[in-house]
Amino acid sequence: MDIIKTNQLTRKFDDFTAVDDISFSVKKGEIFGFLGPNGAGKTTTIKMLTTLLYPTSGSASIAGHDIIKERNDVRQNIGVVFQEPALDIELSGKENLDYHARMYNIPREKRKERIKDVLQLVDLENKQDTFVKFYSGGMKRRLEIARGLMHSPVVLFLDEPTLGLDAQTRRAIWQYIRKMNKEEQTTIFLTTHYMDEADYLCDRIGIIDHGKILVMDSVSNLKTSVGNDLITLSSTNMGDLIKRLEKESWIKKLKNQDNFLTLYVEKGDEKIPLIIEIAQKLSIKIKSISVRKPTLDDVFLSYTGRTIRENNGKVNPKDMIHPRFHRG
Amino acid sequence: MKTFDLQAIYVMWLRQMKHFVRSKSRLVTSIIQPLFFLFILGSGFRTISMPGLEVDYLYFLSPGIITMAILFSSMFTGISVLWDKQFGFLQEVLVAPISRISIIVGRTLGGATTALFQGFIILIIIAVLGVPFSSVIGILSAIAFMVLIAFTAVGFGLIIASKMQDFQGFPLIMNLVIMPLLFLSSAFFPVGSQSTLQTIAFFNPFFYMVDGLRGSLIGKNNVLLPQIDIAIVIVICIIMIGLGSYFFNKSEV
Repeated sequence: MDIIKTNQLTRKFDDFTAVDDISFSVKKGEIFGFLGPNGAGKTTTIKMLTTLLYPTSGSASIAGHDIIKERNDVRQNIGVVFQEPALDIELSGKENLDYHARMYNIPREKRKERIKDVLQLVDLENKQDTFVKFYSGGMKRRLEIARGLMHSPVVLFLDEPTLGLDAQTRRAIWQYIRKMNKEEQTTIFLTTHYMDEADYLCDRIGIIDHGKILVMDSVSNLKTSVGNDLITLSSTNMGDLIKRLEKESWIKKLKNQDNFLTLYVEKGDEKIPLIIEIAQKLSIKIKSISVRKPTLDDVFLSYTGRTIRENNGKVNPKDMIHPRFHRG
Repeated sequence: MKTFDLQAIYVMWLRQMKHFVRSKSRLVTSIIQPLFFLFILGSGFRTISMPGLEVDYLYFLSPGIITMAILFSSMFTGISVLWDKQFGFLQEVLVAPISRISIIVGRTLGGATTALFQGFIILIIIAVLGVPFSSVIGILSAIAFMVLIAFTAVGFGLIIASKMQDFQGFPLIMNLVIMPLLFLSSAFFPVGSQSTLQTIAFFNPFFYMVDGLRGSLIGKNNVLLPQIDIAIVIVICIIMIGLGSYFFNKSEV
């Protein structure tokens, strides 16, 4: 059963198209991820699916409810963890949860029970009476995840759940996300620009860039689509080597980036001697060569033609015009 | 979902109450500041003769100070929506399955409650200082004015909060709009004696609040009858709350 279904969803801000004609569906119990650089349209998609923004055109439904016509049914069925913290810092952790439960009309007895459960899930029982302003970044994030789960939503939206957290906290948060997916059978839709996060958590991912979904598949399928192995090398006289290697049919794809040549091949170990042989014939010196399994980084590179990091660093003039619409 | 979700309204109200009680500095300044005005202006100007003044200056000033305290406090609550916007909490409220009307009602009630609490404290202090109240009906009428002033100001605050993206413009509105309007409202000195000031005052919404409160509370030195004032203030209140809700409803996060 499809829990999330979108059909040609589009959102424009003036003449800028943040989300461009995207269609996808997420199945029950799945962890689905949107992977893309900042400004790709991830947050805008989440805001539309969570009824905070109206789509310019297209439609979508959550658990069978239309996001435009049945906003309140949608709201009843979703939990959201926003990119920026959305907690009341003047209240304690427990109060934040209690207020949330009241807004979702959870009866008193159930409320107490749920607060205990979710606090336990994210290990915040000892901090429940502390004001949120004294929480660390990781604790706030955990509290938000707990809050998102309070009303047992059918689907939980997580917008960059580990943005700006240290490695240890990130790992812990990943554990919680997996745990709740398993224990509460919550369908999870998350966005991220971290490859390792998408790789570790998601059953399926969609790569999104400039508001469009470039590809959507399971993580392992995406990796095989790139090639079984990647050979990265650097050499003298790179141009000649590229020209020569382009003629070889066993190289599926060839990319030159930052003075490193990446070859997408099958059985990489056996190809290394071949490459060295070719290079020697041209009297080109190979400085370094290595073979590895593809990562999501390579998948991203192969579909967008650039790495996700390089994209994050670059600001195109258009982004400067509407900075607040470009949160991913 | 109901249009008026009592649980949601209660949550919104309760949140305001907790914030108010916990913010000690706000609690203290909101009471101390009007008292400073009352005592310093009161004792300073008491000795000079002001044209158009019919009662002791302290008595004249009291309704103005009550209006000022309620105005500032309520407006602050309306504007505090901006805090929620900046700290992201507004998103959490907006994705909840509750109507926006409930959110606005809860917030308005919360803001009005804290403002009235301050208003009453000043009222009590004034009573202790020996300001002669006109009558029991006058006091009841004054309370009605205080409630209306509170709701109007929350509505005004909501308008500002929905239109502004951050707090940069807040001092500007305070200094260029609120303070001049307050000075021209007869809160601090009678405007009846000068015809130009009087004409300006008739275009000033604060004037009807101060004048009505004064007419009800001490029954002297008021330009219009409290009944006329209250009718006008009710209209202003409805417009402000209506506009505030409208803009809040329209604002996207």
